[in-house]
Amino acid sequence: MTTSLLGTTPRESVWTGPVVDADVHAQVPSASALFPYLAQQWIDWCTERNWRTPPGPGQHFPPNSPRTCRPEWRPDDGRVPASELALLQEHVLDPWRVDAAILNCYYGIDSIRQPDWVNAMASAVNDWLVHEWLAKDARLHGSLVLPVRDPEAMVREIHRLGDQPQIKQVLLPARSDLLWGRRIHLPVFRAAVEHDLVVGLHYGGTADGVPSTTGYPSYFIEEYAGEWQSFATQVTSMVVEGLLQELPDLRVSVIEGGFLWLPAWGWRMNKDWKGLRREVPWLSEPPMDVIRRHFRFSAVPAELGPPEAARHLQNALGWLRSDDLLMFATDYPRGHDDDVDRLLAGLPDPARPKLMAETARAWYRLP
Amino acid sequence: MPSKRFVVGRAADLADGEKMAVDVNGRSIAIFNVEGEFYGLLNRCPHRGADLCAGRFLPLVSAERPGKYVYDTDHQLLACPWHGWEFDVTTGQSYFDPVGMRGRPYAVDVEKGSLVATEVESGAVSMTPAQYAAATAGQNAGDGKQPGPYKAETVTIEVEDDYLVVDLRPRRPGRRTAS
Repeated sequence: MTTSLLGTTPRESVWTGPVVDADVHAQVPSASALFPYLAQQWIDWCTERNWRTPPGPGQHFPPNSPRTCRPEWRPDDGRVPASELALLQEHVLDPWRVDAAILNCYYGIDSIRQPDWVNAMASAVNDWLVHEWLAKDARLHGSLVLPVRDPEAMVREIHRLGDQPQIKQVLLPARSDLLWGRRIHLPVFRAAVEHDLVVGLHYGGTADGVPSTTGYPSYFIEEYAGEWQSFATQVTSMVVEGLLQELPDLRVSVIEGGFLWLPAWGWRMNKDWKGLRREVPWLSEPPMDVIRRHFRFSAVPAELGPPEAARHLQNALGWLRSDDLLMFATDYPRGHDDDVDRLLAGLPDPARPKLMAETARAWYRLP
Repeated sequence: MPSKRFVVGRAADLADGEKMAVDVNGRSIAIFNVEGEFYGLLNRCPHRGADLCAGRFLPLVSAERPGKYVYDTDHQLLACPWHGWEFDVTTGQSYFDPVGMRGRPYAVDVEKGSLVATEVESGAVSMTPAQYAAATAGQNAGDGKQPGPYKAETVTIEVEDDYLVVDLRPRRPGRRTAS
Protein backbone atom coordinates (compact mmCIF):
# COMPACT_ATOMS: atom_id res chain seq x y z
CA MET A 1 0.00 0.00 0.00
CA THR A 2 1.13 3.51 -0.47
CA THR A 3 1.14 4.46 3.15
CA SER A 4 4.82 4.93 3.72
CA LEU A 5 6.68 6.07 6.70
CA LEU A 6 7.92 9.21 5.12
CA GLY A 7 9.48 12.12 6.91
CA THR A 8 7.23 12.97 9.80
CA THR A 9 4.93 9.92 9.70
CA PRO A 10 5.94 7.70 12.60
CA ARG A 11 5.05 4.04 12.45
CA GLU A 12 3.06 4.29 15.66
CA SER A 13 0.71 6.79 14.07
CA VAL A 14 -0.35 4.07 11.64
CA TRP A 15 -0.15 0.89 13.67
CA THR A 16 1.40 0.03 17.00
CA GLY A 17 1.24 -3.76 16.76
CA PRO A 18 3.38 -6.23 14.85
CA VAL A 19 3.70 -5.93 11.08
CA VAL A 20 4.23 -8.60 8.46
CA ASP A 21 4.57 -7.27 4.93
CA ALA A 22 3.07 -9.84 2.56
CA ASP A 23 4.56 -8.44 -0.63
CA VAL A 24 7.80 -6.57 -1.16
CA HIS A 25 9.81 -6.69 -4.33
CA ALA A 26 13.34 -7.36 -5.37
CA GLN A 27 14.16 -6.15 -8.85
CA VAL A 28 16.97 -7.67 -10.85
CA PRO A 29 19.07 -4.62 -11.72
CA SER A 30 20.50 -6.08 -14.93
CA ALA A 31 20.97 -9.41 -16.67
CA SER A 32 24.60 -9.36 -15.60
CA ALA A 33 23.52 -9.48 -11.97
CA LEU A 34 22.35 -13.01 -12.72
CA PHE A 35 25.56 -14.13 -14.46
CA PRO A 36 27.05 -15.58 -11.26
CA TYR A 37 24.12 -17.95 -11.24
CA LEU A 38 24.11 -18.88 -14.94
CA ALA A 39 26.11 -21.46 -16.90
CA GLN A 40 28.50 -19.99 -19.45
CA GLN A 41 26.28 -21.08 -22.31
CA TRP A 42 23.45 -18.91 -21.08
CA ILE A 43 25.69 -15.98 -20.19
CA ASP A 44 26.88 -16.07 -23.77
CA TRP A 45 23.30 -16.39 -24.96
CA CYS A 46 22.62 -13.05 -23.28
CA THR A 47 25.79 -11.28 -24.33
CA GLU A 48 25.82 -12.48 -27.94
CA ARG A 49 22.44 -10.86 -28.36
CA ASN A 50 23.10 -7.93 -26.08
CA TRP A 51 19.96 -9.10 -24.32
CA ARG A 52 19.27 -6.90 -21.34
CA THR A 53 15.98 -7.82 -19.76
CA PRO A 54 12.81 -9.80 -20.40
CA PRO A 55 10.23 -7.74 -22.27
CA GLY A 56 7.44 -8.36 -19.77
CA PRO A 57 8.29 -6.05 -16.87
CA GLY A 58 8.70 -2.96 -19.00
CA GLN A 59 5.20 -3.50 -20.27
CA HIS A 60 3.59 -4.19 -16.92
CA PHE A 61 5.63 -1.67 -15.03
CA PRO A 62 6.67 1.26 -17.23
CA PRO A 63 10.00 2.15 -15.62
CA ASN A 64 9.26 5.80 -14.93
CA SER A 65 5.65 5.41 -13.87
CA PRO A 66 4.86 6.35 -10.26
CA ARG A 67 2.83 3.15 -10.15
CA THR A 68 6.02 1.21 -10.84
CA CYS A 69 7.99 2.97 -8.15
CA ARG A 70 6.80 5.48 -5.63
CA PRO A 71 8.90 8.59 -6.30
CA GLU A 72 10.27 8.71 -2.77
CA TRP A 73 11.61 5.20 -3.19
CA ARG A 74 13.39 5.85 -6.47
CA PRO A 75 17.13 6.17 -5.92
CA ASP A 76 18.36 9.48 -7.27
CA ASP A 77 21.70 8.03 -8.28
CA GLY A 78 20.33 5.97 -11.13
CA ARG A 79 20.23 2.64 -9.35
CA VAL A 80 17.26 0.47 -10.24
CA PRO A 81 14.50 0.79 -7.61
CA ALA A 82 14.31 -2.08 -5.15
CA SER A 83 17.39 -3.68 -6.65
CA GLU A 84 19.42 -3.87 -3.45
CA LEU A 85 18.68 -5.19 -0.01
CA ALA A 86 19.85 -1.93 1.57
CA LEU A 87 17.11 -0.01 -0.25
CA LEU A 88 14.42 -2.40 0.97
CA GLN A 89 15.74 -2.20 4.49
CA GLU A 90 15.89 1.58 4.45
CA HIS A 91 12.48 2.08 2.89
CA VAL A 92 10.36 -0.67 4.46
CA LEU A 93 11.92 -3.26 6.72
CA ASP A 94 13.48 -0.87 9.21
CA PRO A 95 10.97 1.98 9.41
CA TRP A 96 8.02 -0.43 9.56
CA ARG A 97 9.97 -2.66 11.97
CA VAL A 98 8.51 -5.67 10.22
CA ASP A 99 8.66 -9.05 11.85
CA ALA A 100 8.84 -10.58 8.42
CA ALA A 101 8.29 -9.80 4.77
CA ILE A 102 7.53 -11.94 1.74
CA LEU A 103 9.99 -11.06 -0.99
CA ASN A 104 8.81 -11.43 -4.56
CA CYS A 105 10.77 -10.90 -7.73
CA TYR A 106 8.64 -10.33 -10.77
CA TYR A 107 11.25 -10.62 -13.46
CA GLY A 108 8.95 -11.46 -16.34
CA ILE A 109 10.34 -14.96 -16.64
CA ASP A 110 7.08 -15.76 -18.40
CA SER A 111 8.01 -13.45 -21.27
CA ILE A 112 11.06 -15.56 -22.19
CA ARG A 113 10.02 -18.21 -24.70
CA GLN A 114 13.20 -20.18 -25.33
CA PRO A 115 12.37 -23.33 -23.37
CA ASP A 116 15.84 -24.18 -22.05
CA TRP A 117 17.16 -20.71 -21.49
CA VAL A 118 14.05 -19.79 -19.52
CA ASN A 119 14.67 -22.68 -17.13
CA ALA A 120 18.21 -21.42 -16.55
CA MET A 121 16.99 -17.86 -16.06
CA ALA A 122 14.30 -18.88 -13.58
CA SER A 123 16.85 -20.83 -11.56
CA ALA A 124 19.27 -17.90 -11.71
CA VAL A 125 16.68 -15.46 -10.40
CA ASN A 126 15.84 -17.83 -7.58
CA ASP A 127 19.47 -18.42 -6.66
CA TRP A 128 20.12 -14.67 -6.81
CA LEU A 129 17.18 -14.12 -4.48
CA VAL A 130 18.34 -16.74 -2.02
CA HIS A 131 22.00 -15.65 -1.93
CA GLU A 132 21.76 -11.89 -2.25
CA TRP A 133 18.61 -11.25 -0.25
CA LEU A 134 17.31 -14.07 1.91
CA ALA A 135 20.71 -15.11 3.18
CA LYS A 136 21.42 -11.55 4.29
CA ASP A 137 18.26 -10.67 6.20
CA ALA A 138 16.43 -13.19 8.33
CA ARG A 139 13.25 -11.13 8.18
CA LEU A 140 12.88 -11.99 4.52
CA HIS A 141 11.04 -14.99 3.16
CA GLY A 142 11.00 -15.55 -0.54
CA SER A 143 9.03 -16.76 -3.52
CA LEU A 144 10.27 -18.79 -6.45
CA VAL A 145 9.73 -17.76 -10.05
CA LEU A 146 8.97 -20.59 -12.45
CA PRO A 147 9.22 -21.27 -16.19
CA VAL A 148 5.47 -21.13 -16.53
CA ARG A 149 4.97 -22.80 -19.92
CA ASP A 150 6.53 -26.10 -18.91
CA PRO A 151 4.83 -27.84 -15.99
CA GLU A 152 7.57 -30.48 -15.74
CA ALA A 153 10.25 -27.82 -15.52
CA MET A 154 8.16 -25.94 -12.97
CA VAL A 155 7.96 -29.03 -10.81
CA ARG A 156 11.73 -29.58 -11.08
CA GLU A 157 12.43 -26.05 -9.92
CA ILE A 158 10.03 -26.41 -7.00
CA HIS A 159 11.77 -29.62 -5.96
CA ARG A 160 15.20 -28.00 -6.38
CA LEU A 161 14.57 -25.16 -3.94
CA GLY A 162 11.29 -25.93 -2.24
CA ASP A 163 12.88 -27.04 1.00
CA GLN A 164 15.07 -23.98 1.37
CA PRO A 165 13.85 -22.77 4.77
CA GLN A 166 13.21 -19.18 3.73
CA ILE A 167 11.30 -20.15 0.58
CA LYS A 168 7.60 -19.94 1.37
CA GLN A 169 5.86 -19.45 -1.96
CA VAL A 170 5.93 -20.00 -5.71
CA LEU A 171 4.70 -17.26 -8.01
CA LEU A 172 2.32 -17.71 -10.90
CA PRO A 173 1.53 -14.69 -13.07
CA ALA A 174 -2.08 -13.60 -13.28
CA ARG A 175 -1.92 -13.88 -17.05
CA SER A 176 -1.02 -17.20 -18.52
CA ASP A 177 -1.41 -19.10 -21.75
CA LEU A 178 -3.66 -21.58 -19.99
CA LEU A 179 -5.75 -20.94 -16.93
CA TRP A 180 -3.98 -22.21 -13.84
CA GLY A 181 -6.88 -24.39 -12.76
CA ARG A 182 -6.53 -26.60 -15.87
CA ARG A 183 -5.54 -30.14 -15.03
CA ILE A 184 -2.27 -29.97 -16.91
CA HIS A 185 -1.02 -27.73 -14.09
CA LEU A 186 -2.01 -30.09 -11.30
CA PRO A 187 1.54 -31.47 -10.78
CA VAL A 188 2.78 -27.93 -10.18
CA PHE A 189 0.29 -27.35 -7.39
CA ARG A 190 0.95 -30.80 -6.01
CA ALA A 191 4.67 -30.05 -5.83
CA ALA A 192 3.97 -26.78 -4.01
CA VAL A 193 1.86 -28.62 -1.45
CA GLU A 194 4.56 -31.28 -1.02
CA HIS A 195 6.97 -28.55 0.04
CA ASP A 196 4.34 -26.73 2.09
CA LEU A 197 4.59 -23.71 -0.18
CA VAL A 198 1.90 -21.16 -0.87
CA VAL A 199 1.05 -20.56 -4.52
CA GLY A 200 1.08 -16.81 -5.13
CA LEU A 201 -0.96 -15.50 -8.02
CA HIS A 202 0.84 -12.29 -8.90
CA TYR A 203 0.26 -9.28 -11.11
CA GLY A 204 1.82 -9.72 -14.51
CA GLY A 205 2.27 -12.45 -17.05
CA THR A 206 2.68 -12.70 -20.74
CA ALA A 207 1.23 -10.23 -23.14
CA ASP A 208 -0.33 -13.20 -24.94
CA GLY A 209 -2.41 -13.88 -21.86
CA VAL A 210 -4.81 -11.09 -22.51
CA PRO A 211 -5.75 -9.09 -19.44
CA SER A 212 -9.40 -9.06 -20.31
CA THR A 213 -11.69 -11.72 -21.58
CA THR A 214 -12.23 -9.83 -24.79
CA GLY A 215 -8.77 -8.90 -25.90
CA TYR A 216 -5.92 -6.47 -25.62
CA PRO A 217 -6.08 -2.96 -24.24
CA SER A 218 -4.41 0.03 -25.77
CA TYR A 219 -3.14 1.81 -22.69
CA PHE A 220 -1.33 1.15 -19.44
CA ILE A 221 -4.24 2.50 -17.43
CA GLU A 222 -6.49 -0.17 -18.92
CA GLU A 223 -4.01 -2.84 -18.07
CA TYR A 224 -3.28 -1.59 -14.58
CA ALA A 225 -6.86 -0.86 -13.56
CA GLY A 226 -8.30 -3.87 -15.35
CA GLU A 227 -5.90 -6.57 -14.19
CA TRP A 228 -8.36 -7.72 -11.54
CA GLN A 229 -10.24 -9.41 -14.38
CA SER A 230 -7.32 -11.74 -14.92
CA PHE A 231 -7.12 -12.46 -11.22
CA ALA A 232 -10.84 -13.14 -10.99
CA THR A 233 -10.69 -15.46 -13.98
CA GLN A 234 -7.76 -17.40 -12.52
CA VAL A 235 -9.41 -17.66 -9.11
CA THR A 236 -12.60 -18.88 -10.78
CA SER A 237 -10.62 -21.47 -12.71
CA MET A 238 -8.82 -22.75 -9.63
CA VAL A 239 -12.04 -23.02 -7.65
CA VAL A 240 -14.22 -24.52 -10.36
CA GLU A 241 -11.73 -27.03 -11.73
CA GLY A 242 -11.54 -28.68 -8.32
CA LEU A 243 -7.95 -27.89 -7.47
CA LEU A 244 -8.85 -27.49 -3.83
CA GLN A 245 -10.72 -30.80 -3.70
CA GLU A 246 -7.75 -32.50 -5.33
CA LEU A 247 -5.29 -30.79 -2.98
CA PRO A 248 -7.05 -30.00 0.29
CA ASP A 249 -3.87 -28.49 1.76
CA LEU A 250 -3.30 -26.04 -1.07
CA ARG A 251 -2.99 -22.37 -0.09
CA VAL A 252 -3.26 -19.63 -2.69
CA SER A 253 -2.36 -15.98 -2.25
CA VAL A 254 -3.76 -13.36 -4.57
CA ILE A 255 -1.06 -10.72 -4.69
CA GLU A 256 -1.52 -7.25 -6.15
CA GLY A 257 -4.90 -8.25 -7.47
CA GLY A 258 -7.10 -6.13 -5.23
CA PHE A 259 -9.83 -7.73 -3.17
CA LEU A 260 -13.05 -5.76 -3.22
CA TRP A 261 -14.12 -7.43 -6.44
CA LEU A 262 -14.33 -10.55 -4.32
CA PRO A 263 -17.68 -9.95 -2.59
CA ALA A 264 -19.42 -9.43 -5.93
CA TRP A 265 -17.60 -12.42 -7.39
CA GLY A 266 -18.59 -14.54 -4.41
CA TRP A 267 -22.20 -13.53 -4.57
CA ARG A 268 -22.40 -14.43 -8.24
CA MET A 269 -20.49 -17.67 -7.84
CA ASN A 270 -22.47 -18.85 -4.84
CA LYS A 271 -25.71 -18.01 -6.57
CA ASP A 272 -24.91 -19.76 -9.82
CA TRP A 273 -23.27 -22.71 -8.14
CA LYS A 274 -26.65 -23.70 -6.70
CA GLY A 275 -28.09 -24.40 -10.11
CA LEU A 276 -24.99 -25.20 -12.15
CA ARG A 277 -23.04 -27.34 -9.75
CA ARG A 278 -24.04 -30.53 -11.59
CA GLU A 279 -21.33 -29.99 -14.19
CA VAL A 280 -18.65 -29.61 -11.51
CA PRO A 281 -19.91 -31.97 -8.81
CA TRP A 282 -16.56 -31.99 -6.97
CA LEU A 283 -17.36 -28.40 -6.06
CA SER A 284 -19.49 -29.59 -3.20
CA GLU A 285 -19.73 -26.37 -1.22
CA PRO A 286 -20.37 -22.71 -2.00
CA PRO A 287 -17.37 -21.24 -3.81
CA MET A 288 -16.89 -18.51 -1.23
CA ASP A 289 -16.43 -21.19 1.42
CA VAL A 290 -13.55 -22.53 -0.66
CA ILE A 291 -12.14 -19.02 -0.92
CA ARG A 292 -12.26 -18.45 2.81
CA ARG A 293 -10.39 -21.67 3.49
CA HIS A 294 -7.84 -21.72 0.67
CA PHE A 295 -7.22 -18.12 -0.43
CA ARG A 296 -5.72 -14.98 1.05
CA PHE A 297 -5.41 -11.58 -0.56
CA SER A 298 -2.75 -8.94 -0.29
CA ALA A 299 -4.59 -5.72 0.50
CA VAL A 300 -3.15 -4.10 -2.60
CA PRO A 301 -4.38 -2.28 -4.53
CA ALA A 302 -7.37 -1.33 -2.42
CA GLU A 303 -10.65 0.00 -3.72
CA LEU A 304 -11.36 2.02 -0.61
CA GLY A 305 -13.93 4.46 -1.94
CA PRO A 306 -14.11 8.11 -1.01
CA PRO A 307 -12.85 9.00 2.47
CA GLU A 308 -16.18 10.55 3.44
CA ALA A 309 -18.00 7.28 2.74
CA ALA A 310 -16.23 4.97 5.17
CA ARG A 311 -19.54 3.29 5.87
CA HIS A 312 -19.64 1.93 2.35
CA LEU A 313 -16.17 0.50 2.77
CA GLN A 314 -17.23 -1.16 6.01
CA ASN A 315 -20.21 -2.69 4.25
CA ALA A 316 -18.08 -3.94 1.39
CA LEU A 317 -15.54 -5.48 3.74
CA GLY A 318 -18.37 -7.02 5.73
CA TRP A 319 -19.42 -8.87 2.61
CA LEU A 320 -16.21 -10.85 2.80
CA ARG A 321 -17.73 -12.52 5.89
CA SER A 322 -14.27 -13.15 7.25
CA ASP A 323 -11.60 -11.29 9.16
CA ASP A 324 -8.93 -13.65 7.91
CA LEU A 325 -8.66 -12.95 4.21
CA LEU A 326 -6.55 -9.81 3.95
CA MET A 327 -2.82 -9.34 4.37
CA PHE A 328 -1.13 -5.99 4.64
CA ALA A 329 1.51 -5.38 1.98
CA THR A 330 3.46 -2.32 0.98
CA ASP A 331 4.06 -3.82 -2.47
CA TYR A 332 7.37 -1.99 -2.30
CA PRO A 333 8.39 -0.18 -4.46
CA ARG A 334 5.06 0.15 -6.26
CA GLY A 335 2.88 3.16 -5.67
CA HIS A 336 -0.83 2.34 -5.60
CA ASP A 337 -2.20 5.52 -4.13
CA ASP A 338 -4.20 4.02 -1.32
CA ASP A 339 -3.61 4.18 2.38
CA VAL A 340 -3.60 1.46 4.96
CA ASP A 341 -4.96 3.72 7.67
CA ARG A 342 -8.21 4.04 5.76
CA LEU A 343 -8.41 0.31 5.31
CA LEU A 344 -7.76 -0.15 9.01
CA ALA A 345 -10.56 2.29 9.77
CA GLY A 346 -12.93 0.18 7.70
CA LEU A 347 -12.19 -3.02 9.59
CA PRO A 348 -13.55 -4.11 12.97
CA ASP A 349 -11.05 -4.19 15.82
CA PRO A 350 -10.39 -7.95 15.80
CA ALA A 351 -9.54 -7.85 12.09
CA ARG A 352 -6.84 -5.22 12.35
CA PRO A 353 -3.99 -7.23 13.86
CA LYS A 354 -4.87 -9.99 11.44
CA LEU A 355 -4.57 -7.62 8.52
CA MET A 356 -1.30 -6.15 9.70
CA ALA A 357 0.53 -9.33 10.65
CA GLU A 358 -1.23 -12.40 11.94
CA THR A 359 -3.01 -13.65 8.84
CA ALA A 360 0.17 -13.59 6.79
CA ARG A 361 2.22 -15.03 9.65
CA ALA A 362 -0.06 -18.03 9.91
CA TRP A 363 -0.57 -18.38 6.17
CA TYR A 364 3.15 -18.44 5.34
CA ARG A 365 4.10 -20.36 8.49
CA LEU A 366 6.37 -17.54 9.56
CA PRO A 367 8.14 -17.48 12.88
CA MET B 1 -55.62 -26.79 13.25
CA PRO B 2 -57.82 -29.53 11.86
CA SER B 3 -56.26 -32.04 9.57
CA LYS B 4 -57.12 -31.81 5.94
CA ARG B 5 -56.81 -34.87 3.82
CA PHE B 6 -57.88 -34.88 0.20
CA VAL B 7 -58.28 -37.62 -2.32
CA VAL B 8 -56.56 -36.40 -5.46
CA GLY B 9 -56.50 -39.30 -7.88
CA ARG B 10 -55.89 -42.93 -8.54
CA ALA B 11 -52.48 -44.27 -7.66
CA ALA B 12 -52.44 -46.31 -10.86
CA ASP B 13 -52.64 -43.14 -12.94
CA LEU B 14 -49.24 -41.92 -11.72
CA ALA B 15 -46.62 -44.39 -12.89
CA ASP B 16 -43.15 -44.77 -11.47
CA GLY B 17 -41.08 -41.70 -12.31
CA GLU B 18 -44.09 -39.59 -13.17
CA LYS B 19 -45.31 -36.43 -11.51
CA MET B 20 -48.45 -34.39 -11.56
CA ALA B 21 -49.70 -31.16 -10.09
CA VAL B 22 -53.06 -31.14 -8.32
CA ASP B 23 -55.01 -28.29 -6.84
CA VAL B 24 -55.90 -29.10 -3.29
CA ASN B 25 -57.95 -26.66 -1.29
CA GLY B 26 -56.51 -23.76 -3.29
CA ARG B 27 -52.96 -24.98 -3.19
CA SER B 28 -51.02 -26.51 -6.06
CA ILE B 29 -49.34 -29.67 -4.88
CA ALA B 30 -46.80 -31.56 -6.97
CA ILE B 31 -47.08 -35.30 -6.51
CA PHE B 32 -44.31 -37.68 -7.48
CA ASN B 33 -44.12 -41.42 -7.86
CA VAL B 34 -40.61 -42.47 -6.95
CA GLU B 35 -40.25 -46.21 -7.40
CA GLY B 36 -43.75 -46.89 -6.30
CA GLU B 37 -43.73 -44.51 -3.38
CA PHE B 38 -45.60 -41.25 -3.48
CA TYR B 39 -44.39 -37.89 -2.31
CA GLY B 40 -45.86 -34.42 -2.33
CA LEU B 41 -44.29 -30.98 -2.46
CA LEU B 42 -45.84 -27.58 -2.59
CA ASN B 43 -45.65 -26.92 -6.32
CA ARG B 44 -43.62 -23.80 -5.80
CA CYS B 45 -39.86 -23.60 -5.73
CA PRO B 46 -38.74 -21.94 -2.49
CA HIS B 47 -36.33 -19.85 -4.56
CA ARG B 48 -38.52 -17.87 -6.95
CA GLY B 49 -41.77 -19.75 -7.09
CA ALA B 50 -41.47 -21.83 -10.25
CA ASP B 51 -43.72 -24.84 -10.72
CA LEU B 52 -41.55 -27.65 -9.40
CA CYS B 53 -43.77 -30.11 -11.21
CA ALA B 54 -42.40 -28.76 -14.50
CA GLY B 55 -38.86 -29.72 -13.47
CA ARG B 56 -36.90 -32.71 -14.65
CA PHE B 57 -35.66 -35.65 -12.68
CA LEU B 58 -31.89 -35.89 -13.02
CA PRO B 59 -29.57 -38.48 -11.49
CA LEU B 60 -27.61 -37.36 -8.48
CA VAL B 61 -24.05 -36.64 -9.57
CA SER B 62 -21.28 -36.14 -7.08
CA ALA B 63 -17.50 -36.39 -7.02
CA GLU B 64 -14.94 -36.63 -4.27
CA ARG B 65 -12.29 -35.27 -6.64
CA PRO B 66 -12.21 -33.71 -10.09
CA GLY B 67 -13.29 -36.20 -12.72
CA LYS B 68 -14.14 -38.96 -10.23
CA TYR B 69 -17.86 -38.89 -10.92
CA VAL B 70 -20.41 -40.87 -8.99
CA TYR B 71 -23.45 -40.91 -11.25
CA ASP B 72 -26.27 -42.37 -9.19
CA THR B 73 -29.17 -43.17 -11.47
CA ASP B 74 -30.94 -44.79 -8.52
CA HIS B 75 -31.14 -41.43 -6.79
CA GLN B 76 -33.05 -38.92 -8.84
CA LEU B 77 -33.22 -35.26 -7.93
CA LEU B 78 -35.83 -32.88 -9.21
CA ALA B 79 -34.25 -29.86 -10.90
CA CYS B 80 -36.31 -26.70 -10.77
CA PRO B 81 -37.22 -25.64 -14.32
CA TRP B 82 -36.07 -22.08 -13.80
CA HIS B 83 -32.63 -22.14 -12.19
CA GLY B 84 -31.76 -25.79 -11.84
CA TRP B 85 -31.78 -25.98 -8.07
CA GLU B 86 -32.00 -29.65 -7.23
CA PHE B 87 -34.45 -31.06 -4.70
CA ASP B 88 -34.94 -34.45 -3.17
CA VAL B 89 -38.67 -34.87 -3.54
CA THR B 90 -38.76 -37.46 -0.78
CA THR B 91 -37.77 -34.87 1.80
CA GLY B 92 -38.09 -31.52 0.09
CA GLN B 93 -34.46 -30.83 0.86
CA SER B 94 -32.37 -28.94 -1.64
CA TYR B 95 -29.09 -30.52 -2.61
CA PHE B 96 -26.95 -27.49 -1.92
CA ASP B 97 -28.41 -26.55 1.46
CA PRO B 98 -30.51 -29.38 2.88
CA VAL B 99 -31.20 -27.56 6.13
CA GLY B 100 -31.65 -23.98 5.04
CA MET B 101 -33.35 -24.37 1.67
CA ARG B 102 -36.10 -26.88 1.15
CA GLY B 103 -39.38 -27.32 -0.60
CA ARG B 104 -42.46 -27.80 1.51
CA PRO B 105 -43.32 -31.47 1.71
CA TYR B 106 -46.80 -32.91 2.08
CA ALA B 107 -47.67 -36.45 2.98
CA VAL B 108 -49.19 -38.45 0.16
CA ASP B 109 -50.87 -41.57 1.41
CA VAL B 110 -52.21 -44.44 -0.63
CA GLU B 111 -55.53 -45.70 0.57
CA LYS B 112 -57.92 -48.35 -0.60
CA GLY B 113 -60.90 -46.97 -2.40
CA SER B 114 -63.06 -48.78 0.10
CA LEU B 115 -61.49 -46.68 2.86
CA VAL B 116 -61.81 -43.30 1.26
CA ALA B 117 -65.06 -43.66 -0.62
CA THR B 118 -67.24 -42.24 2.14
CA GLU B 119 -64.99 -39.33 2.71
CA VAL B 120 -64.84 -38.59 -0.96
CA GLU B 121 -68.53 -37.77 -0.90
CA SER B 122 -67.61 -34.60 0.89
CA GLY B 123 -64.45 -34.11 -1.15
CA ALA B 124 -62.14 -34.27 1.79
CA VAL B 125 -61.00 -36.35 4.70
CA SER B 126 -61.12 -34.02 7.68
CA MET B 127 -59.93 -36.17 10.52
CA THR B 128 -56.71 -36.64 12.32
CA PRO B 129 -54.89 -39.78 11.34
CA ALA B 130 -55.94 -41.33 14.66
CA GLN B 131 -59.57 -40.45 14.11
CA TYR B 132 -59.31 -41.66 10.57
CA ALA B 133 -57.80 -44.95 11.64
CA ALA B 134 -60.52 -45.45 14.25
CA ALA B 135 -63.30 -44.60 11.83
CA THR B 136 -62.02 -46.99 9.24
CA ALA B 137 -60.85 -49.71 11.60
CA GLY B 138 -63.26 -52.28 10.24
CA GLN B 139 -62.37 -51.63 6.65
CA ASN B 140 -58.67 -52.29 6.72
CA ALA B 141 -58.92 -55.48 4.78
CA GLY B 142 -60.28 -53.67 1.78
CA ASP B 143 -63.12 -56.12 1.80
CA GLY B 144 -65.31 -54.19 -0.58
CA LYS B 145 -68.20 -53.64 1.81
CA GLN B 146 -68.54 -50.05 0.70
CA PRO B 147 -70.40 -49.76 -2.55
CA GLY B 148 -68.99 -47.65 -5.39
CA PRO B 149 -68.47 -45.77 -7.48
CA TYR B 150 -68.41 -42.38 -5.77
CA LYS B 151 -67.68 -39.06 -7.38
CA ALA B 152 -65.50 -36.32 -5.97
CA GLU B 153 -64.77 -33.46 -8.26
CA THR B 154 -63.58 -35.32 -11.35
CA VAL B 155 -62.23 -38.32 -9.54
CA THR B 156 -64.17 -41.51 -9.74
CA ILE B 157 -63.55 -43.73 -6.79
CA GLU B 158 -63.37 -47.42 -7.45
CA VAL B 159 -63.34 -49.49 -4.33
CA GLU B 160 -60.89 -51.98 -5.73
CA ASP B 161 -58.39 -49.28 -6.66
CA ASP B 162 -55.78 -47.44 -4.61
CA TYR B 163 -56.17 -43.71 -4.21
CA LEU B 164 -53.76 -40.92 -3.44
CA VAL B 165 -54.63 -38.88 -0.40
CA VAL B 166 -52.81 -35.61 0.23
CA ASP B 167 -52.51 -34.43 3.78
CA LEU B 168 -52.25 -30.65 3.82
CA ARG B 169 -50.96 -30.46 7.33
CA PRO B 170 -47.32 -29.31 7.08
CA ARG B 171 -45.08 -32.08 8.25
CA ARG B 172 -42.42 -34.36 7.03
CA PRO B 173 -43.81 -36.67 4.43
CA GLY B 174 -45.09 -40.06 5.38
CA ARG B 175 -44.69 -42.83 2.89
CA ARG B 176 -47.15 -45.40 1.73
CA THR B 177 -46.32 -48.08 -0.73
CA ALA B 178 -48.93 -48.95 -3.29
CA SER B 179 -50.30 -52.38 -2.54
